[in-house]
Amino acid sequence: MTLLSVKNLKVTFNTEAGLVEAVRGVSFTLGRERLGIVGESGSGKTMTGRSVLRLIRPPGKITADEMQFDGKDILNASEAEMRALRGPRMAMVMQDPKYSLNPVMKVGAQLTEGLRQRDRMSAADAHKKAVAALEAVQIRDPERVMHAYPHELSGGMGQRVMIAMMLIPGPDLLIADEPTSALDVTVQAEVLSILDGLVRDRGMGLIFISHDLRLVARFCDRVLVMFKGRVVEELAAKDLMQATHPYTQGLLNCLPRIGGPRGALPGLDRSAAWAL
Amino acid sequence: MALIEVENLSVVFHTHGAAVRAVDGVTLSVGARESYGLVGESGSGKSTILRAICGLAPISGGSIRIGGEPVVSPRGRDFSRKVQMVFQDPYASLHPRHTIDRTLSEPLAIHGIGDSDARVKQALDDVGLPGNFRFRYPHQLSGGQRQRVAIARALMLKPEILLLDEPTSALDASVQAETLNLLSRLREERGLTFLMVSHDLAVIDHMCDRILVMQNGKSVEELQRADLVNVAMKTDYARSLFSASADRML
Repeated sequence: MTLLSVKNLKVTFNTEAGLVEAVRGVSFTLGRERLGIVGESGSGKTMTGRSVLRLIRPPGKITADEMQFDGKDILNASEAEMRALRGPRMAMVMQDPKYSLNPVMKVGAQLTEGLRQRDRMSAADAHKKAVAALEAVQIRDPERVMHAYPHELSGGMGQRVMIAMMLIPGPDLLIADEPTSALDVTVQAEVLSILDGLVRDRGMGLIFISHDLRLVARFCDRVLVMFKGRVVEELAAKDLMQATHPYTQGLLNCLPRIGGPRGALPGLDRSAAWAL
Repeated sequence: MALIEVENLSVVFHTHGAAVRAVDGVTLSVGARESYGLVGESGSGKSTILRAICGLAPISGGSIRIGGEPVVSPRGRDFSRKVQMVFQDPYASLHPRHTIDRTLSEPLAIHGIGDSDARVKQALDDVGLPGNFRFRYPHQLSGGQRQRVAIARALMLKPEILLLDEPTSALDASVQAETLNLLSRLREERGLTFLMVSHDLAVIDHMCDRILVMQNGKSVEELQRADLVNVAMKTDYARSLFSASADRML
């Protein structure tokens, strides 16, 4: 069943230096599965994620032939309708906890804000629910974290707090923008298994944005490879390591490998015809 | 004789009345022209060792010797000429209001080295940045270009030792490859000694000859590069760290 379908999505920024096209005609559909989006920085993967939630500020502009979420037209939905969707139905975990958490608000207050305002929950119940969410993302001392400010947390903890925050309302669609890039391998595995459980048990749809190709190959079902605002290749994640497109191959080849040769790592050729 | 000798080093931080042992009795030695890697999860104290060497963290116990001489506190100019550090986050380690030219010529001014004009040009050239970047500000550069500037700055005084704290973890795969190639080339050309921290075992394997695995401030196991490929770790922790990154062999 299709949860989200996007056809010919374009994001443009009208800047002083002229029109910048960040996303240039991206189409994809998402069921209740794990879809990976990979590419270098500046390839438009974050912009694609943000436009699904319509979180692009002017002068940025979103155009598309179609953008549907669970049968609902989200391209032309009003701001009020979008607000009702964001949070309970679709959510996004932003990349950098340093910039995405409120620096002057304790973590506990940020986690319970939505429950108190939207769901009119009592302070005690909201607190309980927030602590449970922190426990679900493997934070060992949730009571301490509830009373901490974001700067008192490590990058990995901050990232897990953001994941907990997005999972509290139980969205059907989660867009995770580099959710594990600040985590080391052991914690990364824990966070991935949390996300995996949500897709499997609750039937959540997940868009997983990352520049780590090996991680995406291991974790996702399907992968979109983006370059300069376009999807250059779409393939099953298990085939990613055998990708045929020269750009995907280039991205794979420039990764060092345990036991690999010591010589210079091959650079990425961005000059070929497909790069236009 | 080893160029860097760290003996039974302890680093203790005091916060809110509690003592945190960030590094606890670590011993390691790095020979001249060797490349030595430190791995471990975050909070294992690997970066703190680098910071203790260059005086950014206190030495609470044990000793650090560079070229046989114990380091003095505060580290003097002689130390800066020998040892330089490259930090993890190129967005935070360059002064946002200084041009690249000012960033690169400052060490020369401090050390009374003349001819800064030619040296700055040469430094940009060495790290593969075009000359017209000289009067730009850090925010006008991409992450990879900024890390190149940070490497150029570290090389201005022609040090023997580079301390590299996750030099590529903030960068994309393709930019990481370019930066690693640059570091390998500079090491070859200048006979540098690297002490490098990373949590990516593939990067460490690509760059380093010997590897120290750390956990909770203690050293767990020292590995040769071949031990990594052959999965010849002796401790369970080193093996679990390796199996969590087994996809790095693909």
